[in-house]
Amino acid sequence: MPALRPGLLLPSGLLLLAALLLAACGDRDTAGEEQAAATPPTVVVYSARNEQLIGPMLQRYTELTGTPTELVTASAGPLLERLKAEGENTPADLLVTVDAGNLWQAAEAGLLQPLNSQALNAAIPEYLRDPQGRWYGLSVRARTLVHHTQRAPAASLSGYAALAEPAWAGRLCLRTSRKVYNQSLVAMLIAERGEGPTESIVRGWVENLAAPPFPNDTAVMEAIQAGLCDVGIVNSYYFGRLQRDAQDATLALHWPSEAVGGVHVNVSGAGVVKHADQAVAARNLLEWLASPQAQRKFAGDNLEYPANPAVEAVPQVAAWGAYTPNLINVSEAGRLQADAVKLMDRAGYR
Amino acid sequence: MALLALPTLLPLAACLAALGAPWSEHWGHLFGVVLPGVAGNTALLMLLVVLQAGLLGSGWAWLTARYDFPGRGLLHAALLLPLALPGYVLGFVAIHLLDYAGPVQSAWREAGGGPQPLWQIRSLYGAALILGLTLYPYVYLMAYNAYRSIGRNTLDMAATLGQTAVFRRIALPLAAPWIAGGLLLVAMEVLADFGTVALFNVQTFTTAIYKSWFGLFALDAALQLASVLVLLALALMAVQRAVQRRGRMVQRGPGLPRRRLRGGAALAASGGAAGFVLLVVGLPLGLLLRWSLAHLSVELDPRYLEWLGRSLLLAGSAAALLTASALLAAYLERRQPGRRTLQLGARAATLGYALPGTLLAVGLYAPLAALENALADWVAPGWVTQSLVLLLLGYWARFMAVAHTPISQQLARVTPSIDEAARTLGVRGWRLLHRVHRPLISGALASAAALLVIDVIKEMPITLMLRPSGFDTLATRIFELTAEGEYERAALPALTIVLAGLVPVALLLRSGHGREDRAEPTPVPLAGRPGTEALHAA
Repeated sequence: MPALRPGLLLPSGLLLLAALLLAACGDRDTAGEEQAAATPPTVVVYSARNEQLIGPMLQRYTELTGTPTELVTASAGPLLERLKAEGENTPADLLVTVDAGNLWQAAEAGLLQPLNSQALNAAIPEYLRDPQGRWYGLSVRARTLVHHTQRAPAASLSGYAALAEPAWAGRLCLRTSRKVYNQSLVAMLIAERGEGPTESIVRGWVENLAAPPFPNDTAVMEAIQAGLCDVGIVNSYYFGRLQRDAQDATLALHWPSEAVGGVHVNVSGAGVVKHADQAVAARNLLEWLASPQAQRKFAGDNLEYPANPAVEAVPQVAAWGAYTPNLINVSEAGRLQADAVKLMDRAGYR
Repeated sequence: MALLALPTLLPLAACLAALGAPWSEHWGHLFGVVLPGVAGNTALLMLLVVLQAGLLGSGWAWLTARYDFPGRGLLHAALLLPLALPGYVLGFVAIHLLDYAGPVQSAWREAGGGPQPLWQIRSLYGAALILGLTLYPYVYLMAYNAYRSIGRNTLDMAATLGQTAVFRRIALPLAAPWIAGGLLLVAMEVLADFGTVALFNVQTFTTAIYKSWFGLFALDAALQLASVLVLLALALMAVQRAVQRRGRMVQRGPGLPRRRLRGGAALAASGGAAGFVLLVVGLPLGLLLRWSLAHLSVELDPRYLEWLGRSLLLAGSAAALLTASALLAAYLERRQPGRRTLQLGARAATLGYALPGTLLAVGLYAPLAALENALADWVAPGWVTQSLVLLLLGYWARFMAVAHTPISQQLARVTPSIDEAARTLGVRGWRLLHRVHRPLISGALASAAALLVIDVIKEMPITLMLRPSGFDTLATRIFELTAEGEYERAALPALTIVLAGLVPVALLLRSGHGREDRAEPTPVPLAGRPGTEALHAA
């Protein structure tokens, strides 16, 4: 008889190897738990904010307080479903996510617990947090107009609604309506002006588009710079990145004035998970994130505005000038998001 | 067999349960406003991609399988490379180069070409182009195997008809079932794709699913939409089976000599293939390399080795697990050809390939987390949800089609008389599978394993959702960077993924195809199935 062919051995060997590795991983996990018993309990953070933005903050917190943290990152939708599925047994203590719509949705699904924290209420302005204290904005991004300084001088601009006027035909570039930032913007417009007027604004935008909507804000600005269009709507920090990467760009941000409703802002924020094992430790972490010592880095690393008004923005951001925010509570973005999505579908904004 | 389908059945059950649930309040909107456009776009996109992948795959395979020209071995390998490029990466590069603000159109304007856009790359056609270019290797691989194993006798007889006629009237019909198998994978991949269509802003079923879930906060409506995808996938499978039934058995003949091309023809073949590969793979890799170098100082991190190791670990274990399971399943189907449960199980197991990964991930996670919660008093927390087993189940649900399709088709080509002959020699059961079948289908096993490794390394949504906390891989790194638009910084992990994907392509060439090129001693003469005698009569 010839010896066994190696061919079938290979897959079975690999299977065995895989099983062993899995077992090894399992062992490592339990080893970690035993170690953890000696130190203060670990705060588990679920985050839809990027690892490279939230990770360094958590590291710094651990250095300062000795509280170990564990980070799970994913996009917001799957993360919320994961929290729902885990229910009472969730390992998560703090949920960090971007966009007020996502925070509203987490609160609405009963995933977050109300906090009555004097420190947080004092640090974060009312319009940037949940009225019931289930989540708090931690950094502010303005979604505002960006324009070519020569082809569309600042004097020709007056807010979001005016971009629907025929003067802007073939001169407007927008990002896709799939992005939650645009859904929140339109939701806030609905909150401010009602559904009918908002729909005619969005229809006007669509008619004025110079090209199909772009996959991201950076592409919108590149198209303006290249001459395809003259004006667009972007989050302020993307403009900051463009300034860093392309110094010769002849673009500028424009702040809609109070007379036309002010600037629409959105937040990244966090809340303590309802079934958190370490609710107190998570609340301490959240209070620290909202405190002056953490706010500058939390916002500054991503060129955002601190949510805590006691803290100044980093110099590059401050140089864009002061603006008047629209003071409608950002949670409206969540409450009206589904209406906004349907409205944009009807208006043909893809 | 039910076991084979179980990881897929859980999310499928979630879809079906959603169908039974009350219709979402959003259905009026979805039916009236969203679905008409989405259905047309999905159909057109699938048609264009399938056409392109079919032409590119079967055409290039005919050239490399049947002709010899300078650099053929290398080019054969190179033609598989687009497989290692995730569609969203190639799409990003294409948009960067070809959109209005990109270098091509900018140069055109500077040369005085006028401010009008030359073309609109961010469109359904652009997405179809990119998907076709990254997916055709599925067809190429299967068509190549089929062409290479067409018996010499068959072709000698057919050669009297002239080369074009050989391709059209003999080789293509003979290879059709395998090409159809490849196209089925391509079509299902198109149905499930989110990354590429999102980049090109094409509205398909997947984007509608995502929008319902994340925009309307209606997971139930998303699941209901997904059940439409399941039906579409079933229809595709029915088409493929019809083609397969019409196809005929291919005789496994002695090693087929290639026709040597000379002069202009050789130059055209080498130059054409090389130019194609340079454009589709070389250019994007060059750009990724440039961006990687530009962001190396911020992005290079000792953790890359860890991420790479984990990506390879996941890909290797998933490939081994799925290949072995698919071989087992295909063997059982063969032993009991009439068993409906087996066929249904195999079909259900491959359906996951047409579903978006995020949905499969949630469909798996929710019931298993519920199970874990129910058992919370008896077992350690996280024994399923925090283990790699869950992740492997996710890959199983998503990618079983990649393993099962080539293996079962190749096994179907081994005529039953071989089994009979072997049994008369006393070889049966596992030894039959191991000593007789496995060597005959080693090409398909190697293809399946290599495709799986590449697919798993690239996979993003399932890995993100089902990994144990902190278990970062190359794909999750790309997610972290692109989530807030740092595309060029993501070049380094993307390049690493592509390079890691080259390893299985190289292995694939060594194991599977090297063997076929050797002059094999004539195997047991095969009798064809009914209907094939005519072809083999000569």
